Amino acid sequence: MSTILKTYFTKQTQAAPLAVFRVFFGVMMFVSLIRFWLNGWIEKLYITPKFHFSYYGFEWIQPLGNYTYVLFAVCALSALLVAVGFKYRVAIIMFFLSFTYIELMDKTTYLNHYYFISCVSFLLLFLPANSYFSIDAKQKPEKASFYVPNWTIDSIKVMLVIVYLYAGLAKLNSDWLLKAMPLKIWLPSKYDIPFLGNLMQQEWMHYAFSWSGALYDLTIPFLLLYKRTRWFAFIVVIIFHVLTRVLFPIGMFPFIMIVSALVFFDASVHHKILQFISKIFKINKAEMDTKIKDVFFQKKKRISKIIITVFLVAQLLFPWRYLVYPGELFWTEEGYRFSWRVMLMEKAGYAQFKVVDGKTGKQFHVDNSDFLNSFQEKQMSFQPDFILEYAHYLGDHFASQGHENLEVYVESYVALNGRLSQPFIDPTVNLLQQKESFKHKTWILKFNDDIKGL
Amino acid sequence: MIKKTLFLLLIGMIVFACSQDESTAPEENNDAFDRKAMLVNWADNIIVPSYTAFNTEGNNLVSATNSFTQNPTVETLQQVRLTWIEANLAFQHVSMFEIGKAEALNFRNRVNVYPTNASEIESLIADGNYDFSLPSTIDAQGFPAMDYLINGLASSDEEIVAFYTTNGNAQNYKDYLNTVAETISTLTETVLNDWNNGYRDTFVNNTSSSASGSVDKLANDYVFYYEKALRAGKVGIPAGVFSNEPLPETVEAFYKEDISKQLALEALQATQDFFEGKKFNGTSKGESFKSYLAYLNTIKNGENLGNLITTQFGITKSNVEGLNTNFTVQIESDNSKMLATYNELQRNVILLKVDMLQAMDISVDYVDADGD
Repeated sequence: MSTILKTYFTKQTQAAPLAVFRVFFGVMMFVSLIRFWLNGWIEKLYITPKFHFSYYGFEWIQPLGNYTYVLFAVCALSALLVAVGFKYRVAIIMFFLSFTYIELMDKTTYLNHYYFISCVSFLLLFLPANSYFSIDAKQKPEKASFYVPNWTIDSIKVMLVIVYLYAGLAKLNSDWLLKAMPLKIWLPSKYDIPFLGNLMQQEWMHYAFSWSGALYDLTIPFLLLYKRTRWFAFIVVIIFHVLTRVLFPIGMFPFIMIVSALVFFDASVHHKILQFISKIFKINKAEMDTKIKDVFFQKKKRISKIIITVFLVAQLLFPWRYLVYPGELFWTEEGYRFSWRVMLMEKAGYAQFKVVDGKTGKQFHVDNSDFLNSFQEKQMSFQPDFILEYAHYLGDHFASQGHENLEVYVESYVALNGRLSQPFIDPTVNLLQQKESFKHKTWILKFNDDIKGL
Repeated sequence: MIKKTLFLLLIGMIVFACSQDESTAPEENNDAFDRKAMLVNWADNIIVPSYTAFNTEGNNLVSATNSFTQNPTVETLQQVRLTWIEANLAFQHVSMFEIGKAEALNFRNRVNVYPTNASEIESLIADGNYDFSLPSTIDAQGFPAMDYLINGLASSDEEIVAFYTTNGNAQNYKDYLNTVAETISTLTETVLNDWNNGYRDTFVNNTSSSASGSVDKLANDYVFYYEKALRAGKVGIPAGVFSNEPLPETVEAFYKEDISKQLALEALQATQDFFEGKKFNGTSKGESFKSYLAYLNTIKNGENLGNLITTQFGITKSNVEGLNTNFTVQIESDNSKMLATYNELQRNVILLKVDMLQAMDISVDYVDADGD
């Protein structure tokens, strides 16, 4: 076993796929960040709100006021440097840190896509993505190489396999497969899409989309890995992601996934892509190639291999953590995030907070719009950790106003996948006495239905 | 064969992807719910007729105040009061449609922010110089300001009339009252004219499913109105739901005293009628939220949400009917009944805002951002 591993880790392959991945990743990130900026979302999501929902343990990460723009500028600039491969190591560290910081500022905006970006940029920290077709390689030819270790490119493939596979496994539940939920809610509302609008009203279409979506996620990584089905798989990748882009407001993500899937192809395809890029930017690729044609990757850093192995194993295990929590995952969301549960359920809620003076019994309700923007209120209303954090914020706020013997209660209702709304949080529990932790939240009321499956 | 199909599919997808940002009218729908018919029913049978009726009342209000200020007597004052009540009732039928021109003008707030600011009104009258388009004057105009001027200046009608006759500042009082009435009327006319001159077509043709589509926007406006203006404004805030103590002075039409229940009932009925697509001043019903929910339920086979909401409207209505005609009296004598009414109103907030909007896949957040 150890000899097999040893020989595997010494194998090298052409660096072109890694270079293409680096270029596209950098460009996509740059475009995404600029788009985010131009949409006015920095202001709306990070500057205007008075209060931000933090991840447990990361409360110290907060938006930086107007300097948040600087943070985004640094992030976008480093993405561009990654794309051209200039001062790559510094650039990717800057990118990883600034991007991850941005994502940790407010969990209201949590998206699996953003988590994916953080994961990939973490991998890229340890990969020699600048050894070929980069400004670094041109400036320091002694460090350039035409080949890189196999495992470097394979680690990206493994990451993508994990994303698809776990997204597929998550769909193996009774709501998705047997009730075609939540697509039965989402698709009919797309009535105004040309040609498809009417089809979206048909029940069989909802089932067709549900089942083919699950099948797609479960099989596509393997179809991409297997050479004979690779082109077919890539066309399916394009169709799938373009279709999701048409149907749902998911921004840049489909395009990121499409270009990421290129990493599965042989180097010959990547050389063609690089040749194409070279033509546009008048780069003499042939000359660069001949100089380093026989150069293998020299630097051997054991630590990179270890870190990446540990990271990928952790990725494989982490999504299963929900199994240690009692209750329905979709309802409690304990272990829901960071697990590639993408577009999996439709959930909406309503949370009315009550502030009580424990001594006099005097009480009043809180108008959430005094403290939260509508996006925050929406996300807060069906996620228990948000509700708890907000309750504590309210407690602090009213304590600072001189209120005493404070108790905060919430009356909340949540509707999940088209079921009639049900009471969500125990209205008799003083949330100020509850602390955030990784333990099960006993004050979430029981979900009075059963969703079977993973 | 497979390759060919895939290729065609691919081309098709790309065409969709490229065209998806432009809002396109739906193809002829045979089996799908006709959103345009719903928008037409809303515009032609409910919204425009409601504004037309309210506009007439607004004109009556102006002529009544003019007659009163030209000849201030107890009789002409009482005439103003009657038209003020009629206009106020008619307003309850348009307040929920804060869309288009109404939204741009901040219509609901300009016409009906209460409690009104009596000291602000007095200082503006003393000053004789005011501009009602300034946000700072928002609580010194509209129906609540008129309420103060025709009901709240003194306890007897004779004393009130004296403000417009013997008072040293009588002319300023007259001018102020006229300006308030004219502003209500002008604002209403502006909104109505906009509906009649183009906006109606814009509205009914904007069948897009996006957040800027008419169905999405009006659904959000409607739910917002029900939650904030009806549930909180008319009942919750005065009953002290959002404060340590009840706030009876925040009741709608506070100075008139005995019409707060009537206004709440009118508003409740108007919201229910709109939910059910009932024609203004008629009995026939067209496409509505309720029929849309019924259609969606044929796909989903879930609970009949539309019926649940209608039932809850009924329960709420009988609760309101059990209250004192003057909510201030109700709050001071037995606030628990007021709170019970609030709870019934609240049940429909959940059904409308959580269940209905989820069923229709309408996003309640006004901040746009990417989804997963």
